[in-house]
Amino acid sequence: MRVWLPDAITTTAPAIDRIFYIILWITGIVFVLVQATLVAFLVRYRHRAGRPAYYIHGNTFVEIVWTVIPTFILGTLACYNQQVWSQIHRTPPAPDLQVEIVGEQFAWNIRYAGPDGRFDTPDDVTTLNQLHLPVGQTVLFHITSKDVIHSFFVPQFRLKQDAVPGLRSRLWVQPTATGHYEIACAELCGLGHYRMRGFLTIESPAAFQAWLAQTRAESQS
Amino acid sequence: MRRIRSYSPVVMGILVAIGCGSGKPQSAAAKTDGAAQMADATAASSPAAPAGSPQATASLGAATIQLTARLDGAAPTREVVKMNADPVCQQQHASAFYLEDVVADAQGRLANVFVYVKEGVAGTFPTPAAPVALNQAGCWYHPHILGLQVNQPLEIVNSDATLHNINAKPTVNPPFNVAQPVKGMKTTKKFPKPEVMVKFKCNVHPWMSAYAGVVNHPFFGVTDDAGAATINGLPAGTYTLEAWHERYGTQTQSVTVGDGETKTIAWTFKAN
Amino acid sequence: MSTTHEPQGFLRKHVFSTDHKTIGIQFLFTALTMLLIGGLLAMLMRWQLGWPGRPLPFMEKLVPEGMPGGIMVPEFYNMLFTMHGSLMIFFAVIPLLVGVFGNYLIPLKIGAPDMAFPRLNMISYWLVPPAILTVCSGFFLQGGAAASGWTAYAPLSTTLGPGQVCWIVGVIVLGTSSIMGAINYVTTIINLRAPGMHFFRLPLSIWALFITAIITLMATPVLASALILLLLDSTAGTSFFLPAGLIIDGVLQPNSGGQVILWQHLFWFYSHPAVYIMILPAMGLTSEILPVFARKPLFGYHSMVYAIMAIAVLGFLVWAHHMFTSGMNPALGTSFMVSTMVIAVPSAIKTFNWLGTLWRGSIRLTTPMLHALAFVSMFIIGGLTGIFAAANSLDLYLHDTYFIVGHLHYVLFGGSLFGIFAGITFWFPKMFGRMLNETLGKLHFALTFVFFNVVMFPMFILGIAGMPRRIYDYTQYAHLAHVGGLNRMMSIAAFCLGAAQLLFMVNIFWSLVRGKPAGENPWQANTLEWSTSSPPPHGNFATTPTVYHGPYEYSVPGRATDWLPQHVKA
Repeated sequence: MRVWLPDAITTTAPAIDRIFYIILWITGIVFVLVQATLVAFLVRYRHRAGRPAYYIHGNTFVEIVWTVIPTFILGTLACYNQQVWSQIHRTPPAPDLQVEIVGEQFAWNIRYAGPDGRFDTPDDVTTLNQLHLPVGQTVLFHITSKDVIHSFFVPQFRLKQDAVPGLRSRLWVQPTATGHYEIACAELCGLGHYRMRGFLTIESPAAFQAWLAQTRAESQS
Repeated sequence: MRRIRSYSPVVMGILVAIGCGSGKPQSAAAKTDGAAQMADATAASSPAAPAGSPQATASLGAATIQLTARLDGAAPTREVVKMNADPVCQQQHASAFYLEDVVADAQGRLANVFVYVKEGVAGTFPTPAAPVALNQAGCWYHPHILGLQVNQPLEIVNSDATLHNINAKPTVNPPFNVAQPVKGMKTTKKFPKPEVMVKFKCNVHPWMSAYAGVVNHPFFGVTDDAGAATINGLPAGTYTLEAWHERYGTQTQSVTVGDGETKTIAWTFKAN
Repeated sequence: MSTTHEPQGFLRKHVFSTDHKTIGIQFLFTALTMLLIGGLLAMLMRWQLGWPGRPLPFMEKLVPEGMPGGIMVPEFYNMLFTMHGSLMIFFAVIPLLVGVFGNYLIPLKIGAPDMAFPRLNMISYWLVPPAILTVCSGFFLQGGAAASGWTAYAPLSTTLGPGQVCWIVGVIVLGTSSIMGAINYVTTIINLRAPGMHFFRLPLSIWALFITAIITLMATPVLASALILLLLDSTAGTSFFLPAGLIIDGVLQPNSGGQVILWQHLFWFYSHPAVYIMILPAMGLTSEILPVFARKPLFGYHSMVYAIMAIAVLGFLVWAHHMFTSGMNPALGTSFMVSTMVIAVPSAIKTFNWLGTLWRGSIRLTTPMLHALAFVSMFIIGGLTGIFAAANSLDLYLHDTYFIVGHLHYVLFGGSLFGIFAGITFWFPKMFGRMLNETLGKLHFALTFVFFNVVMFPMFILGIAGMPRRIYDYTQYAHLAHVGGLNRMMSIAAFCLGAAQLLFMVNIFWSLVRGKPAGENPWQANTLEWSTSSPPPHGNFATTPTVYHGPYEYSVPGRATDWLPQHVKA
């Protein structure tokens, strides 16, 4: 009955999980300390006859302390986080495979460039909702949409990228585990938004090539 | 200031009217009362005139037209539909499923041709209460081509355990787009104006399509797998018939029938 | 100086009143009604989320197209969350915080007889009912109500029917009302302060409302402009947000030249400051209430003021943290991540100062105090979870999941709404001259607090598990196979949360007629509104008060009483 982070199956997903746990620890500790202080004050300083409140307007020193410490923590977090962000969104590494994903109401149009390496040529392989990827190879997605904004989301990648009409957005992954996973649409796109479920299969490069060849043969017959 | 105050409701009213009036061009037709319209499916498809219909000024005759449709030339290879986009659909088709845009047998007999009387019908005919069924099963519309009368209920059923949306795009009737997420859901719609043809599609399963011909009399038919259809109950007279095919367009022919006469009209579409 | 003029008829006095107190009360009842309706929409959503596809038989009569046979259809679910968000934000929380407390408190707390522009004030209220009717009329139009999410992203929002267009128009009208109110608040606070009411003697709630009004003036016109562009794209064939080559439903659209993401930039440029419009007044009310019931000066008054200013300024520099996945230039992802991390600092400062106010106080846990404390406690959760979202690389996972839904409900319900409850329970005696029932008030608080947390906290877990938001039916996704139980528990808690609000309604209506008479100053508080009758007369004060010191002089040593009103010399 596991309701927590799903498996992390790309080279960048563990870094995102690490940030999650770091923030969880920091905010968890702050949460416990602050809430405990609040409750302690409510108990300790509840009204008691004959004991007046302490007449004080503030304290400059503590103001400085509790400004500097959060700034420092958040600043460090920002720097660390930027490293992961740039790893994901800087110029992608040279891809072994390029896939175009065109969202439409309400299905994912998936196109493989084929041996010529270019999209929209006769040797392309297209599928509806079926995405196969080779494990251990770098894949570059070109993501766009035909009609409204969709968002390509694979929880196990820890990534999503909006599919925006008029824009071609890039996203790269290198899968590290085989298996069957799902694609969800993560941007409201109409009445079928909840049903834009795609099917992701990650398999060995040989099995992937076999599937690609078979799919190409089927669509040409 | 007093004047401004008394104008402000007027200004507000105008703003609201502009805003709501200039929506996308969808006619503000009366909302159909979905599930409450479960018409009895008692009568068969033959349009008998029900009693007590105040507008009925025309009555049925006894003439019959037998229709045959043929395709002249080689039929195009029918496209296989890969339904793996939705496992629920895929599970229902152990063997390959083919699109139904051109259904012709080895003898060239052409199915799914919608034929109706375009001109020559006099008077108004009562609207049948019996609904026409459009079923979504195996992620396909059954029937693929259908006919019904103006204001006759069209009962759309989802027989699949998956989401279908019925996206109807008529040009003279009000369009609608209704989702049926649960198996067994029924939606009933009516078309208040004649229109040939209204296209239905499903956005979740882009290969699905159906066409409905809406006419204001009962004289229409759809050719079956043997390329045949029958139009019954015509009064004597001269009529213009139109045949519509999804791929091959429309054709018209003229026919004159006497009282109780039976005539055969053949349609030939050229494969291109 | 009670203003005297000729006797007014019923309509002029009670309906089209220009008295800020009447206008504030009009906002109160209108907005509370919308809070109720927004809540009912949420409970319908929770039905679907708890029992997806299960029929709710009696609903078929109410919404035959939305729930045929009692089974909700996806397009209706989309309308529900759109209208829930829109009604709550534009017609409940903002009018309650800014319309009610801004109108009611500002002239009273600064020692003025009324707002600078009483007639403008009246118009700003009377724009609200037509705006509500326009937005809600969508439910009765073909195609139903707006269904684009309250964020109305283009191109989807340009493809929906007349209900969506009515939404756009209604929100424009509401924005106009906000701008008018903000003009009034800023002018009144700058120009009509009583003698001795220097800026740094203003109660913190006035500072908060003042800065909120400035935010409103700078941000709302951007929303109005964006909405007008969207309206034109939806109805007049323009292409502000619509690029070339759009194929909607198989039909190639004739538009070209538009930028889809432009809508998001314009929308969020307003809507991020809007969330500060919704939290700053609540922070101000809390800063007002904590000193009264801790009998202690507000800790760090100057820091608190500067923190509000910092939040307001930084609030205009963070909007694209809603757009990390949008496809915008990744360099913007970096800059907006940094500014978002920074904005957490002034909020932290405020939280610590509230704790400092409680430290060594003499705390009485009255109903208003309980709500104010809940504000602090729940806002901490809302704020801390914001840090997860601020981390842009993590937000690539969390964006558009239930984590964000949890975060926003902790700040808007846990924060703003508890702040609203605190304000209503605190100032009800002043507004109506009667006390609310303490027992009912505490029971309402306890049930609301408990059930609120049971509904909202699991949302973080669901988001971490990858449950997207705005999803009509999550059951088909393998990674969500086990979340049904959690959703059902949340739904049951939501129904209980809704039911608990009946206690609040009963308390209000019963106390209006049978509450104990309040007297001038039932809480023994210092600010100027407590120096006049309950409710105050037209013109507020018999004579203009003179202010001698700040608003939080509680437990001053050597005095007979533990409070020292602002208009009383030490």
